Amino acid sequence: MGKIRQRLYVIGALIVISIISLVPRNTKQRMIEAGTGRMKDTTVRRLPINLGLDLQGGIHLALEVDQSRGPVPDCADAIQRAERVVRTRIDEFGTTEPVVQIQGRCRLIVELAGEKDPARAKGVIQRTAFLEFRITDMKSLFKDALPQVDAVLRKAGIKSRTTAAPSAVAQLFGDTSKTKAERDSAADANSPGVLSSLLFQGQMAGEFLVPEEQWPLVDSLINRPDVRAAMPRGIELRWGAQSESRGARAYRALYAVESRPIITGEELIKAVARRDQSTNQSIVVFQLSRRGARIFSQETARHIGDFMAIILDGRVQGQPPVIHGQIGANGQIELGTKPLQEASDLALVLRAGALPAPLTIVDERTISGTLGADSIHDGVRAGVVGVVLVIVIMIGYYRLSGALAVAALTLYCLFTLAGLAAFGFTLTLPGLAGFVLSIGIAVDANVLIFERIREELVHGKSLRLAVDDGFLHAMNAIVDSNVSTILTALILYAVGTGPVQGFAITLIIGIIASMISAIFVVKTLFLIWLYRRPDMVTLSI
Amino acid sequence: MIRLFANANYDFIKWRRIAFSITGLIMLIGAIDLVARGLNYSIEFTGGTLVQFELAHQVPTGNIRTALDAVGLRGADIYNFGSDTSYVVRARLAGATQAAADTQAVADAVARALDRSVGSGQYQMMRREAVGPKVGRELQGKAVMAILFSFVVTLVYLAFRFEWRFGLAAVVATAHDIVATIAFISVMHLEVSLVVVGAVLTVVGYSLNDTIIIFDRVRENLRKYRRQNLYEILNLSINETLPRSVLTHGTTIATTLALLILAGEVIRPFAWVMTFGIFTGTFSSIYIAAPVLLWIEKRWPGEDARGARTFGSRAPAAPAASGPPATPSSAPSPRAPQPAR
Repeated sequence: MGKIRQRLYVIGALIVISIISLVPRNTKQRMIEAGTGRMKDTTVRRLPINLGLDLQGGIHLALEVDQSRGPVPDCADAIQRAERVVRTRIDEFGTTEPVVQIQGRCRLIVELAGEKDPARAKGVIQRTAFLEFRITDMKSLFKDALPQVDAVLRKAGIKSRTTAAPSAVAQLFGDTSKTKAERDSAADANSPGVLSSLLFQGQMAGEFLVPEEQWPLVDSLINRPDVRAAMPRGIELRWGAQSESRGARAYRALYAVESRPIITGEELIKAVARRDQSTNQSIVVFQLSRRGARIFSQETARHIGDFMAIILDGRVQGQPPVIHGQIGANGQIELGTKPLQEASDLALVLRAGALPAPLTIVDERTISGTLGADSIHDGVRAGVVGVVLVIVIMIGYYRLSGALAVAALTLYCLFTLAGLAAFGFTLTLPGLAGFVLSIGIAVDANVLIFERIREELVHGKSLRLAVDDGFLHAMNAIVDSNVSTILTALILYAVGTGPVQGFAITLIIGIIASMISAIFVVKTLFLIWLYRRPDMVTLSI
Repeated sequence: MIRLFANANYDFIKWRRIAFSITGLIMLIGAIDLVARGLNYSIEFTGGTLVQFELAHQVPTGNIRTALDAVGLRGADIYNFGSDTSYVVRARLAGATQAAADTQAVADAVARALDRSVGSGQYQMMRREAVGPKVGRELQGKAVMAILFSFVVTLVYLAFRFEWRFGLAAVVATAHDIVATIAFISVMHLEVSLVVVGAVLTVVGYSLNDTIIIFDRVRENLRKYRRQNLYEILNLSINETLPRSVLTHGTTIATTLALLILAGEVIRPFAWVMTFGIFTGTFSSIYIAAPVLLWIEKRWPGEDARGARTFGSRAPAAPAASGPPATPSSAPSPRAPQPAR
């Protein structure tokens, strides 16, 4: 009995782990708002199984450097620059987690789940990168203008949805009891404004921090035409490229920068990251064209001590460095004690803006969400019918033993899905088919075992011995047959593309799960059965 | 308890010539078809464009064809996909010279043609694939690699697991499955995509399982029944594993048929290949692997070659299946074929 209990603990633990990994959880989903055409984050509760593009719909693009208009000498560097550029544009895609990765040396893969418009996506990806250096708002013109901006927003009837209660109360009173002028001044004095309450002063002039969850709201506010009109002359707002964490919260930087760039990527000839021998700092060394050097030395002379934002495609890259002195054709950006990796990244940004890599699409797969949903629906229907047929065959033929196998089959399905979820593998349409197919194959182990038990019974062995020997003798054949299938699946995974890899993965997970369920679980059920009915003479098999 | 084929005692090996003829015929038809029509490669391998769309109302295919001609897509295939309102337009790349950008242009042209003929909003784009020639060539290479690799791995595995004669017989059976499946794909004109190649490899794995399970039994029985000859032991082993074969193939067929009928048009070629593969896999394990093993043991006798030397000589045809069921342990079996001379 102790042995049975141990086995039950193991099975129980496996079931609990599987269920935990399959509990629906909240995921953020970015969608285009129908009315405004802007991105909006919504939270959706769903099963934590990644669906391939062929099941949820979306766009898969493979891009290479366009060599048709003259050869590009270093395609690997060109693709890295392109990857950096596409990453900075990630927010423009209508998906939560776009996949942007380099495949091999010279190919860029972009996968946009849920994106419907291939033309738009391609436009975003293939647009030429634009690099510029701009001085940040050193005179705090934007900060001084914030009250006016807040007033504009208040006039437009936008209430501060997110700020603390007191300001809302102040506005409420203001609406009823005070004149417009009084109201404005009162609001200015007493309550934080709609926009200013969302901005926190950063470390340098012109830098503000916005809590990550607020940035879509702030973005929509600062892009309003009336807000733009209220901006101080010569100043624009630019977002930082990445969110950064300060303490426990994630923030996104917003920079007020001069609208006139002091120099653009056209004048940049090269940029390399290295480690300074004497100071052991990570630095980026760059070189400008002759024309660029002339402009840059003038500008830097005027702006010594100012911060210079490096902007790629409208996004500020990293923290703006301070200008220490006049810079001519050769300059360097010091990143201090930051790892060399960050310097390499910045150098890549500079090169990306300097040498735009024209990309050509070598492979495009677009699948509509409708087709994906149909595929899921059809696949699940086929699966259910397949399972029912298997259940009928197994119970019809093996009776009670068959029912045990069917119970194990239920666990098999649970384990396989949990395996997909827990390891973050992607379920594709061929994967779904592979899963359905593997249900038919999964009972093979039980069939082999049951047939062996029957043979042992025919040879006149006692029930207990027949069961033990049946499991023992069938093992050879089971292991053999599964090994060859796993080997095939591994090869398919190694050479296949997305959908085929999904097939291989479900096959591999399915085989492992079927070994656990068909051998371990069924043996346990048999042991319980035999333990509870020690006087049993004939086995229902 | 229900027992299918319990104590079955069919003389499977006896029917080998008929079996060879049937499978030879299938392969011959396949070969002729292959030469005449060629395989129906998907654009994944050839490069090209595929556009699948769903019409709001049924429109005569001729109208769509005319519209495609009007935008200059003369060579494009157009066919129904699953239902009357669902169509696929497919254009393969004419030659390796065409650039990747052209595949994009074709996809856009299909959309233009549809806007003109059925009107925008009257159709829905379901799928759009544009594969450049380079990617096509790469995928071809990958498919070939997959097939070669799985062959090598299978060989290594068999060499490790079995004595070479058994391994060789299993390889011949596997090769048979591949050829027969390709013949089937050709005759059915199924679209050969990477997923279908995956299906073929899965069939290979499945068929190999089956062969291995029978051979495992043969090995076991060779140790168990020292007096019987190989011919009898092969027959005995196939008969002993028959209930398992019927059950396992039954459940697997049930799932592949469910896929074939219910899982939709996209996965159908895969389901066809799997369904056929289960038949050919079962067939080859019994009618190819076992007779070939006998033949190999006859040419290059090993320690298991009991009686194999006389196999195939016509004189003492093995007794018919209707003979009395022989209990395996009964020493010297009355069914043992007699030496020719």
